[in-house]
Amino acid sequence: MTPPVMPPVTSPVTPLVSLAGVSKSFAGVRVLKDVDFDVLPGEVHALLGENGAGKSTLIKVIAGVHAPDGGTITIGERELAAVTPRDAVEGGIATVYQELLLFPELSVAENVFLGHAPTRGLGRLDWTQMRRRARQLLDSLDSHDLDVDAKVGTLSVANRQRVEIAKALSQNARVLIMDEPTAALADADVRRLMDVVRRLRARGVGIVYVSHKLPEIFELADRVTVLRDGALIGTKPIAEVTEQSLVAMMVGREIDHLFPKPEPAIRETVLKVEGLACGDRFRDVSFELRRGEILGMAGLVGSGRTEVALTIFGITPATAGTIELEGRPVAITSPRHACDLGIAYVPEDRGLQGLVRPMTIAQNVSMASLRKVATGIFIRFADEALRAAASIKQLGTRARGPDQVVGQLSGGNQQKVVLGKWLETNPRILIMDEPTRGIDVGAKSEIHALMGRLAQEGMAILMISSELPEVLGMSDRVLVMHAGRLVAAIDRADANPESVGAAMAGAAAQEAA
Amino acid sequence: MAAPDLHAAPDFHPKRSLAARIVSAYGQEIVIAAAIVALFVVVSTINPRFLGTNNLNTIIAGNAYIAVAAIGMSMVIITGQIDVSVGALIGVLATISGNLAVSGAPVWIAWIAPVFIGAAISGVTGALVAYGRLPSIVVTLGMLSILKGGLVSVTGGAWINHLPPAFQLAQQRWLGLPVPIWFMVALTLLAFLWMRNTAFGRSLYAIGGNPEAARAAGIPVERRIVQTFMIHGAFAGIATMIFATQLRVIQSTVPPNLELTIITASVIGGVSILGGTGTVIGSTLAAILFAAIGSAMIFVNVSAYWLRAVIGFLILVTVLVDMARRNREFRQ
Repeated sequence: MTPPVMPPVTSPVTPLVSLAGVSKSFAGVRVLKDVDFDVLPGEVHALLGENGAGKSTLIKVIAGVHAPDGGTITIGERELAAVTPRDAVEGGIATVYQELLLFPELSVAENVFLGHAPTRGLGRLDWTQMRRRARQLLDSLDSHDLDVDAKVGTLSVANRQRVEIAKALSQNARVLIMDEPTAALADADVRRLMDVVRRLRARGVGIVYVSHKLPEIFELADRVTVLRDGALIGTKPIAEVTEQSLVAMMVGREIDHLFPKPEPAIRETVLKVEGLACGDRFRDVSFELRRGEILGMAGLVGSGRTEVALTIFGITPATAGTIELEGRPVAITSPRHACDLGIAYVPEDRGLQGLVRPMTIAQNVSMASLRKVATGIFIRFADEALRAAASIKQLGTRARGPDQVVGQLSGGNQQKVVLGKWLETNPRILIMDEPTRGIDVGAKSEIHALMGRLAQEGMAILMISSELPEVLGMSDRVLVMHAGRLVAAIDRADANPESVGAAMAGAAAQEAA
Repeated sequence: MAAPDLHAAPDFHPKRSLAARIVSAYGQEIVIAAAIVALFVVVSTINPRFLGTNNLNTIIAGNAYIAVAAIGMSMVIITGQIDVSVGALIGVLATISGNLAVSGAPVWIAWIAPVFIGAAISGVTGALVAYGRLPSIVVTLGMLSILKGGLVSVTGGAWINHLPPAFQLAQQRWLGLPVPIWFMVALTLLAFLWMRNTAFGRSLYAIGGNPEAARAAGIPVERRIVQTFMIHGAFAGIATMIFATQLRVIQSTVPPNLELTIITASVIGGVSILGGTGTVIGSTLAAILFAAIGSAMIFVNVSAYWLRAVIGFLILVTVLVDMARRNREFRQ
């Protein structure tokens, strides 16, 4: 894929940090492909991309956590093949991670100056100066209300974040990387944080701002860089993009015509959801899912897509609304219950909820349907192996055999084992959350072909995906979530990058409001 | 969708021989068994009396209770938990059992009571771990202090004497073999088959390997953890049945280091401390191995104080090998 040609960004200033052709692989999977990126003094440079796009890896390469496999990184005048954490500190690069790295039992001042506290000879800490300078730093962030003697553990998330920023500034940071800084903040705190960011920019600090929240990016950023699948899609001045064009860049606009989508045979409704809500994760979600249908669910990260799936599968039971299965209202309270009702969930994160890695393929495949291969309490190993072998054959899993440990398989083959496990339960409804994330192209199209076949045989499939081409290529209808609400239901004929992208960016919600 | 066609012949054949698969599945057990054989060969060449029937009895029957307790412990560790209070529990159960016997209760009640009381006490531990969402190391450390402190306070560490001769189960022989050996062999085999062949056993491995995936697959994780702790408590009770009846007196204290010996048997036997893998055959073999090492040291005139050091060395080697194996298996 060739990135769209960008107008050359001619800048009179030298960048604080610039990356040229940086690549990085983990376990043979390329997570960064030939990426160029730079940060100028006094700018907010937003970094955008869906989960798995490579944002975290990129910022970790800059911060010296990961050494890239190729490319160069220039900090000021120094050109490096890899940044060490020490280079980063000396180069004035500081990172505020999503999980704040503070010590809850130490005071604000101690946290700010941990590792470089002012001393008075013989290594004695100069408490007076430490407290005074911490005070100055916090004042410069307009945080006059923050007590430098308070234990960090007693502070709110927003205040802890300010401590983290003060800590970065205490090391004379000229580049500040902020990883989703507003993810855990309330609205008022978001405002304050944005003020702090503007102050830092005015002082000439270059800020790398990672966020999923587009409105924030339009308010703060000077430039925006979009990554997708580890590749640079483009870097643009904020004035040249719209929310919709950014979404299109994030999720991809080329529709792959190779999506093997057989003619659907859509029949009666099996699942009817009305007014479904789960705490403050999502609310007012209503839709119907029919036999033979692939219902796509699109939305940006954090829009509540996965949360809807977890609620239908009983992991986080609903707090309001109704679920009807084939016309009968049901209250699904546990995964086991959902499973007994014929609902299967292939999770977003294979490692976390999908597989037991030390176990064999056969043991994983039979896990949700052990009763089928057991007489009384005893497992019939021959049947178990036979079924696993059949599943391996049906899904085209590349493995040595049913007794191979799943931890040894590649991502795509692991995904097939998870899928095989759920197909063994003979579900009526199959929920697939990011069915092809992180797996290679070949396995991807095999899984797509399989989904088409399953739907044709009468299964009802709810597919959650961040990849717009996948959503558009596979779905008979597309539901779009935005900020915890279902904002659009679009028929296959009307679904295109513009209509779905606009709904994902919240355009529909804004029109309705 | 239709169920997969079971009659379709898979288009591959297991390439590995049965022997290769056994070695890969039971590597640790085979290593321990080989170590036991090697130890017996070497020590008996130095001192042939090592192989005498009396000595073998002392080694195996005398330590059978550790193997039995290690069966339950292995199950607990396989689910990803641990119980450091088991030594104290056995001390308490032995005291209860002895007092029952002395007070004139039927001996079978004195034998069986520890099994039920052990299951009940461990059930409470398990409930705190599963439903209270507390780390098992913390809960069982607390339990350890409660049981140990309670026992010493109530009994003052007194010896229980005048046990009725009929109570001495561990000194009886069935078909020429000491009862503890029967218990050890039968329980190990039963527990091994139970863990390998039943849905229950399978679910314990799944919970230890990945609790979230197990939950998503419909396994009632919390209930299984409580049940596992109860079974473990029952095994501690059976271990007590052997331990309390092998001497003519019972000391109302906690046997020193017993919980460590039991946990060590599980870990050296191949039960990964991270949960999800291992078998009870391994832990039983490991219990025999320690006993044999202890005895061998006496026979070759090495100070018994070295025993703990040797066992400690074995623990470190085993855990290192376990980590290396995991890294190798999961590297993609």
